[in-house]
Amino acid sequence: MLEVSGITQIFGGVTALKDVSFVVRKGDITGVIGPNGAGKTTLFNIIAGIYTQTSGRVILNSNDVSGFPPERLAYLGMVRTFQNIELFGQMTVLENVMVGLHTKSRCGMISSALKMPWARSEEKKIRNEAMKWLDFAGIIDLADTVSANLPFGKGRLLETARALASEPSIILMDEPAAGLNSQETWQLSQLIKRIRDLGVTVVLVEHDMELVMDICDRIIVLNLGEKLAEGTPREIQENPYVIAAYLGG
Amino acid sequence: MNREIFKYLFFALVVLITPVFFQGNYLMNVLVFMGINTMLAIALNLLLGYAGQISLGHAGFFGLGAYISGVLTATYSWNPWFAMSFAAALVGISAFLVGFPVLKLKGHYLAMGTLGLGIIIYIMFNETVELTGGPSGFSGIANLSIGTLIFDSDFKNYYLIWTFVLVTVLLSLNLANSRVGRALRALHDSEVAARVMGVNARLLKVQIFALSAVICSVAGSLYAHTMTFIAPPSFGFNFSVELLTMVVIGGLGSIYGSFLGAALLTLLPEILREAKDYDIVIYGLILMLMVMFMPGGLVRGVPELFRKITGKGGGNA
Amino acid sequence: MQFDQLLQFSLSGLSTGAIYALIGVGFSIIYNATGIINFAQGEFVMLGGMLTLFFLETMQLPLWIAIPSAVCVSTLCGLLFERLAIRPLREATPINLVIITIAGSILIRGISMLLWDKDTHSIPSFSGDEPIAIGNATILPQHLWILAITLLIVGINRFYFYHTISGKAMRACAYNRRAAGLVGIDVKRMVLFSFMISSAMGGVAGIIVAPLTMTAYDVGIILGLKGFCAAIIGGMSSGLATVVGGLVLGVLESLGAGIVSSGYKDAIAFIILLLILIIRPQGLFGKAESERV
Repeated sequence: MLEVSGITQIFGGVTALKDVSFVVRKGDITGVIGPNGAGKTTLFNIIAGIYTQTSGRVILNSNDVSGFPPERLAYLGMVRTFQNIELFGQMTVLENVMVGLHTKSRCGMISSALKMPWARSEEKKIRNEAMKWLDFAGIIDLADTVSANLPFGKGRLLETARALASEPSIILMDEPAAGLNSQETWQLSQLIKRIRDLGVTVVLVEHDMELVMDICDRIIVLNLGEKLAEGTPREIQENPYVIAAYLGG
Repeated sequence: MNREIFKYLFFALVVLITPVFFQGNYLMNVLVFMGINTMLAIALNLLLGYAGQISLGHAGFFGLGAYISGVLTATYSWNPWFAMSFAAALVGISAFLVGFPVLKLKGHYLAMGTLGLGIIIYIMFNETVELTGGPSGFSGIANLSIGTLIFDSDFKNYYLIWTFVLVTVLLSLNLANSRVGRALRALHDSEVAARVMGVNARLLKVQIFALSAVICSVAGSLYAHTMTFIAPPSFGFNFSVELLTMVVIGGLGSIYGSFLGAALLTLLPEILREAKDYDIVIYGLILMLMVMFMPGGLVRGVPELFRKITGKGGGNA
Repeated sequence: MQFDQLLQFSLSGLSTGAIYALIGVGFSIIYNATGIINFAQGEFVMLGGMLTLFFLETMQLPLWIAIPSAVCVSTLCGLLFERLAIRPLREATPINLVIITIAGSILIRGISMLLWDKDTHSIPSFSGDEPIAIGNATILPQHLWILAITLLIVGINRFYFYHTISGKAMRACAYNRRAAGLVGIDVKRMVLFSFMISSAMGGVAGIIVAPLTMTAYDVGIILGLKGFCAAIIGGMSSGLATVVGGLVLGVLESLGAGIVSSGYKDAIAFIILLLILIIRPQGLFGKAESERV
């Protein structure tokens, strides 16, 4: 479903990524792990369209999407969440998710300004859909809270609900467990599994090994900008090179 | 939603009834001005308060609307309504095209870029003397009319202008509470996240910029026809700053706030009749104090102040 | 166009360019130390000229006392501006920071208008008005003063930033604020210094150009913008690149005014500004920045 082929990224004099290639299977939960500085976030940003790679290709559902900007990728069914969560702070929780439905709605400036009947009915639909996703993420009781006032854990859930609202085929999550306590992390793992059950492919970059080993179907290990290993959690746990990389051997 | 409708109807009612109290009073002229300034403040607020893009050259679009309408009707005898629409279309398309490169800039650079743009337009007004009359201004612009109804008095112009204002307010409120409005606010809060959700940030910014310019152009045309005389100083940097002050005072991102800011700043020169030369200092002071102590504008700051005061009182009771 | 005309325009362009360079360096210094574009920079230029006038005519002081006094007062204004307007608002959003500096510039301009008046005034040239011939072109002694003083200031600048502890500390702040603070540099004081240096430079610029172009309460806006343009061309460098930027701008403007029309002279600078901002915002010499998410 997603193929990353020969990705190399050079920033100035630093080679952040060197010839990284792997395939993400549809319906899998795939984890990307590696020690700090391995290039995980850089890779992520390349796939998500924030950076453009120096060379190599990103292929989504057999389409070469290398260099496509994030807004275009959203329409192609790929969304992402952020390590430091990027909420629309001044907007309510509900409004945040309603923005998530941007790609599923169409009213432009003129229809909106004139409040045409189809604009009105679309608004209702957007609102109802958004509420459904808030419910799915378990934060429907916070619908009218200004999102900047949310505790971090709830903000995480909101960002996820917002991403899901666009009904993506693949969701990229950048360190979703960062900043969560163990109970919240467990809730997150359940949520991710439910996302997978909806048929959405999940790719996550993570440091929390317990979470990764628990829910991922496949794991890709990066080290110093190169792909070190790829396989099931069990295979990765037993891979001597991976162990060495993490322990600094 | 019903609360919004009620607010709007109340506002419209106040607007429509006010002239009854002021008929014949020279303040009518000020109220006409207030309408023009409200339209301009709303236009700037859509760009600055909602989309978060700063422009220090908005007086330029205002001036373009005024001069295009003025020249086409007075020198070339075009039908005024047609000229107004033509000006709006021309300004809108130009703003759209210019917007693409200019709105790539952010923050301070955008401020400087739009400032430069506004000044270039201002210089054009001054230098194209055969066309615009240059620094001494352009006169002989006819009043607007519909059929046999000629808008030649402050009273009639009041209703003309404020009808446009009410329409602008309505359209802006609709826009703000729509999919597009949310996309704009999302853009303002986190451009990267908005893009990830599919919002075409670049296009949207340019569209709002163009819409904002169109509203300014229409206001300019109306201004030309009500004043019947226009001159470059009304469309320079100082006025762009005045507009900015109106929006900041009223409250960024609040449509009614723009009205409040426009109203206050239109009345200010009247109150300061005696101290005409102090106006620049006062604008600077107001702007500075507002940003320092009430960055949300009056629309948010006053209720909060009220809450603080009554809150304290309630606590001690 | 004749070579003589070309020479004439270029020479006068160089001296106005020097002024733009001084103002531009002022912008850069503040920007590099704080990340803020000080919209009020042009007003310090205005203050230089108007204050000199004040000391000369109202206080009846000789030129050689009036000038340093004007520079001192201008610097003092810079200090006050930073203390009263900038420091309290370090946490403000970018838009609010822009508005604050705009408000500051308006205030300074408004107060100046009240203290003095709206007329344009001239200040006597430093050493007379005998034209000096260079080839078939002529320049005035004031032009030479401008170039000389600009060179002097640029030299002092260079020395300060690269060979004194204080200057190096300021550069450190520009590169990485937090790190600078962590190694014991008083960042707040550096910010204050940057404002003081910029307002001093702006004041000097205003003084040396006033004999040629007259001074009034509102000369700050246009001069400020052109200085900003010089800074942009130079990629916001506080050194040679901005100086070159200013000179280039001055010459282009002068040539343009001569070839096209003098009414549009100011427009030339702004068109160049827009073009650079759009096509090459890092300036002619800067390197492009990439954003880290």
